[in-house]
Amino acid sequence: MAPVETLLVTKRLREVSDSSWTIDAAVGSGAYESLRKALAMEPEAIIEEVKTSGLRGRGGAGFGAGQKWSFLPKGAFPRYLCVNGDEGEPSTFKDHMLVERDPHQLIEGIVITAFAIRCNTAFIYLRGEFALGADRLAQALRDAYARNFVGAKILGSDFDLEIILHRGAGCYIAGDETGLMESLEGERAMPRIKPPFPAVQGLYAAPTIVNNVETLSTVPHIIRMGGEEYAKLGVGRSTGTRIFSVSGHVVRPGNYEVELGMSFRDLIEGLAGGMRDGKEMKFFIPGGASSPWLVPEHLDAPLDMDHVQGELKSMLGSGAVMVFNEDTDPVQIAWRLSKFFAHESCGKCTPCREGSSWIEKVLYRIANGLGRPADLDLLLDFGNNIVPGLNAPFAQTTICALGPSIMSPVVGLTRWFRDEVEQRIGASGEPVELKMRVL
Amino acid sequence: MPYTEANLVKARATIARYPFAKSAVLPLLHLAQDQDGWVTPEAMKEIAGLLDLAPAQVLGTCSFYTMFKRAPVGKLVVSVCTNVTCLVMGGPELLDSLRLRYGSDDDVFVEEVECIAACDCAPVLQVNYEFHGPLTPQSASEIIDEYKRGERTPRTISGSPTNAPLAPSAVVG
Repeated sequence: MAPVETLLVTKRLREVSDSSWTIDAAVGSGAYESLRKALAMEPEAIIEEVKTSGLRGRGGAGFGAGQKWSFLPKGAFPRYLCVNGDEGEPSTFKDHMLVERDPHQLIEGIVITAFAIRCNTAFIYLRGEFALGADRLAQALRDAYARNFVGAKILGSDFDLEIILHRGAGCYIAGDETGLMESLEGERAMPRIKPPFPAVQGLYAAPTIVNNVETLSTVPHIIRMGGEEYAKLGVGRSTGTRIFSVSGHVVRPGNYEVELGMSFRDLIEGLAGGMRDGKEMKFFIPGGASSPWLVPEHLDAPLDMDHVQGELKSMLGSGAVMVFNEDTDPVQIAWRLSKFFAHESCGKCTPCREGSSWIEKVLYRIANGLGRPADLDLLLDFGNNIVPGLNAPFAQTTICALGPSIMSPVVGLTRWFRDEVEQRIGASGEPVELKMRVL
Repeated sequence: MPYTEANLVKARATIARYPFAKSAVLPLLHLAQDQDGWVTPEAMKEIAGLLDLAPAQVLGTCSFYTMFKRAPVGKLVVSVCTNVTCLVMGGPELLDSLRLRYGSDDDVFVEEVECIAACDCAPVLQVNYEFHGPLTPQSASEIIDEYKRGERTPRTISGSPTNAPLAPSAVVG
């Protein structure tokens, strides 16, 4: 049987694709019905429902959403909800789609969540480059305020909520929850050391919850279906559906919402149409640039966060699946990803700031045929200073997870292509022509 | 350049939206860039004054973010992605061709950027933060030339719509 998608979060934007972002189309297809249901519930009951659903954060770390909400200290006000829409993990493009094409679903999720955690001010931190997304979200907020889905005494209840749309300005690390809060406070987005955790002391030193756009867009569906029903979808502790952004050398790149537990093969070969131009697959990256690479022998593994982390020593991360064909130079890919991390390192922690650019330089010379025999070991030695032990789950010597992420391409490269890289370095005694341009 | 009278009203409305004024640094920098096409030193001083900060604090924040241009960039910022998906789909070749073609064009500022989250359309670029893709060097320069000839209306250098009634942070309430 051909693999099929399971549409919850992407249902509206598929079914009314010509106008899904407008309030009329959204309300016409059931938007804000879950909000009415939620406002009649006790806030604690909503948190319990989300806990029962097993919903885990869709931004990358995969932490239980309901569990996170229950960390808020009792009686401490004001408290804030921050929506993480700073999608920047290379090859992830799901939040971009959700914001542009179903902003009301996100707003509904925000209002329900804010009601559940008793918060009266929410911020949407939207990646600055999403200009159309900002327009559509701003319009959606105006319309939602006008119909009293947001604002004072929402739908006749006693609940007030202000939602403030805040545009970022080009910065990957603002997607880290503490970096996001720094940025929202008008500072450079340099992550903060934890503890204190944001739930205790976050934005403006007040208790703060930070949730990803897809996570919050899922909340209305959990309220509609009930947590138990939602938890029937998926596999093990990876419940429900997730949106996977498939890109690279496939026939039909795009966002696919599937029930967790589907195999990588069904996702890549079934839904995304397999390899383009009749080529073979060389390797794929299962969850964004920060996840170690996998190879075709892993295609039958399930899309299950625990399996990918525990058995395959990688992670599902942000759900960005990048597929590369047999002609791809893995050293060039590793170099480009390390260049990304070197560019985006905020510079706060020495191992990340220094390590990222040294790793980039060494990969650059290997990729250009100027590698030295000890280079692979040199890379691993650098890496060991950032990620002691070099094994997933990564230990870290840095404040945030960007540090360990730098090593994912290197780990991928040495784990699967060591022979190929060593052969190339061994053959590089002769003068060679530079393959890549100097950027 | 100082804010125009209308923009000063927007700036004050934006500040009032936040529990703490300092949070308005980014929106106010966007607003200045919308108005002037880049972030001038005078704008940073004015923002500092409005928020009761030292100008150096505003510069410190501003200089961290790649969307803020602290020198004039012309009328169009063309941001070409070369991260891995675009890399294997032809992003670097696209960047090279546009750099060659518009290298001496004062209206067009071509820059290399990291992943802009539209990888299903690789290789992609943005013109003043409007997405275009998938592209070839040929189709990309046609689009840019259409902007240059006024056949397409670009957003501002900060990506705001040119007819925006208010800065995005100040739109609601």
